[in-house]
Amino acid sequence: MHELAVAQALVEQVDAVIDQHQAGCATAIRVRIGPLAGVVPELLATAFPLAAAGSRMERAQLEFAHAPIRVRCQTCGAETEAAMNRLICGACGDWHTQIVSGDELLLESVELETSPTPAS
Amino acid sequence: MCDTCGCNLTPGNKHLAFKPVAQGATAVSVLKGLLQKNDDQAGHNREHFDKRGVLAINLMSSPGSGKTALLEATLTALKDEFTCAVIEGDLETENDAERIRAKGVQAHQIVTGTACHLDAHLVHDALHHMRLDGVDILFIENVGNLVCPASFDLGQHLNVTLLSVTEGDDKPAKYPVMFRAADAMLLTKTDLLAVLDDFDPDKAEAHLRNLANPAPVMRLSARKDLGMDAWLNWLREQLAAQRARVAIGQSRRPAIQSDGMKYHSVTA
Repeated sequence: MHELAVAQALVEQVDAVIDQHQAGCATAIRVRIGPLAGVVPELLATAFPLAAAGSRMERAQLEFAHAPIRVRCQTCGAETEAAMNRLICGACGDWHTQIVSGDELLLESVELETSPTPAS
Repeated sequence: MCDTCGCNLTPGNKHLAFKPVAQGATAVSVLKGLLQKNDDQAGHNREHFDKRGVLAINLMSSPGSGKTALLEATLTALKDEFTCAVIEGDLETENDAERIRAKGVQAHQIVTGTACHLDAHLVHDALHHMRLDGVDILFIENVGNLVCPASFDLGQHLNVTLLSVTEGDDKPAKYPVMFRAADAMLLTKTDLLAVLDDFDPDKAEAHLRNLANPAPVMRLSARKDLGMDAWLNWLREQLAAQRARVAIGQSRRPAIQSDGMKYHSVTA
């Protein structure tokens, strides 16, 4: 539901990147969203065209980087993959773990068009 | 982190930044939180609170799990001890703010219209309508929703998540993003446990631990005044901790950002 708000924030950020590099438009946008970020990539992909309509990224391709959930155990030190609602250590089963990845909500990179492409 | 000089690139993320692209195009590494603007505003709100020594607490839960009733009982119990203020978030109506004002406590209602969560900008706007001087604890009652509010930092110091015993004890397993963010979990309406045979408080706590969350779990009934002392004492401890942090120029972010972010925020 809140993915539209996230899409609008994404458009603002990419807009700033376009300005910063004095580019014409963005052609690809790569984001990394972990399952624990609370944002559903499919819904963001649906909301993005609405937020991007009329902007300099309306033709940009939105790409998602895979971000598996990994936890590091504070008891045994192992780093293991974990399920979204079972963030316990895969080696010793202790729940005193820290998230290493899987909660990211990042704009990783943007591809910009720096010179006009010939009309097709 | 910095976008201009490339200091946000580390050996760990450099491969993300450079990849071959077509002629006439260039790939730019950004590596910024998608909600950076919200987070910046939240940081500003937090500074605002810290400057005045205010402890800000974000209350989150499903609709109807007793956030406002908990606030009413809490404000009554603390009225001679601390000055409190409340920001209420709902899609419509001024009802909850009126319930708080009836207790003689300053309250501002945010009407979100259709938005399913509060964000840092909405809270900032609300602060312009409030007098924070002399306030000890600011409660922000988020929109009743176990999904969206978890993703938006408001500038609070602590997240308190309520789970009423009329809901399932597996709610933390079903809504891990929300319950992982909790600095304290309150099991509410426990007076009803006597007539509910399908809610096991120990199971609810076990589901919370499975999210690697060490937050205290308090069982209470605001209406029947059961178990309130543990909650009130926790609030007193947290206010003392906030004052100690303010005295040495430190602040605190809620549980969600404290561990995960430092792995992928270069400057942390």
